[in-house]
Amino acid sequence: MKWESVSDFFAMGGYGLYVWGSYLVAVLCVIGEIIAIRIRRRTLYKHLGLRKRSILRGEK
Amino acid sequence: MTINWFKYASPASFYFLAGRMIPYFSIAAIIFLIVGLYIAFFSAPTDFQQGEAYRIIFIHVPAAWMSMFLYVVMAFWAGIGLAFNTRLSSMVASAIAPTGAMFTFLALWTGAWWGKPMWGTWWVWDARLTSELILFFLYIGFMSLQAAIDDPRRADKAGAIIALVGVVNIPIIYFSVQWWNTLHQGASVSLIQSPKMATAMLSGMLIMALAVWMYSIVMILIRARLIILERERHTAWVSELKEGVLE
Repeated sequence: MKWESVSDFFAMGGYGLYVWGSYLVAVLCVIGEIIAIRIRRRTLYKHLGLRKRSILRGEK
Repeated sequence: MTINWFKYASPASFYFLAGRMIPYFSIAAIIFLIVGLYIAFFSAPTDFQQGEAYRIIFIHVPAAWMSMFLYVVMAFWAGIGLAFNTRLSSMVASAIAPTGAMFTFLALWTGAWWGKPMWGTWWVWDARLTSELILFFLYIGFMSLQAAIDDPRRADKAGAIIALVGVVNIPIIYFSVQWWNTLHQGASVSLIQSPKMATAMLSGMLIMALAVWMYSIVMILIRARLIILERERHTAWVSELKEGVLE
């Protein structure tokens, strides 16, 4: 293990702000995209007049 | 035995095929992500010039690759839809755009947060950064144009023209670091040269690239299925699906 402690890991050799600033926004982007898709799906199902959400999954 | 090559060109067949494939690609995305992040933070060594700051590369380069690759794929399917009037191709192109825009934003954002400690600035108007920003505007333009036109088939055609014209920007982004004097470093990985970085750094980057690839496939398939339902909601097969006949 190259890190000596947890705080050493989060410090990233003094570049913690930049490294975690990048990765945090990457995580937020992924979460944002998943939420956007869920909202779109909910709107669509409402529009189609469906109560049961599982019907449209289409898995056999 | 004859194979019907056009079977999955029908939105209905594609809808079910995509539904069956999503779980596999999701699992692959999660596995690649875990392995990739492990290498990125625990196995790759500290860079002798950039210290730990270089670890941004594991998200920056895959995001930048994906932003360009997805644009080409989007333009390809939009072009096929325009040329052959195939509905599904255009729907897939529309499904790609938001994920492509997300990765373009991420490439720009992580680039800024890498540029600040290394170059001393968040942003410069150099060729690589500016052409990547134009790529972001092309995605946004494609999506806004499609959203502004009510008739989906006309929206497909208008979007396809923007997408195809914008393809010229992709080689500009890729070769910008060779054609112009830029602050941005040259290509990290080249097909004709041996890698300039440590094996763990390279493998971490490639595995993260596979992870974002799998993630993109999942998002695009899910979104394509929603677009298919939105557009085909008046067709017989969607009615049957709603009534549970196809279950």
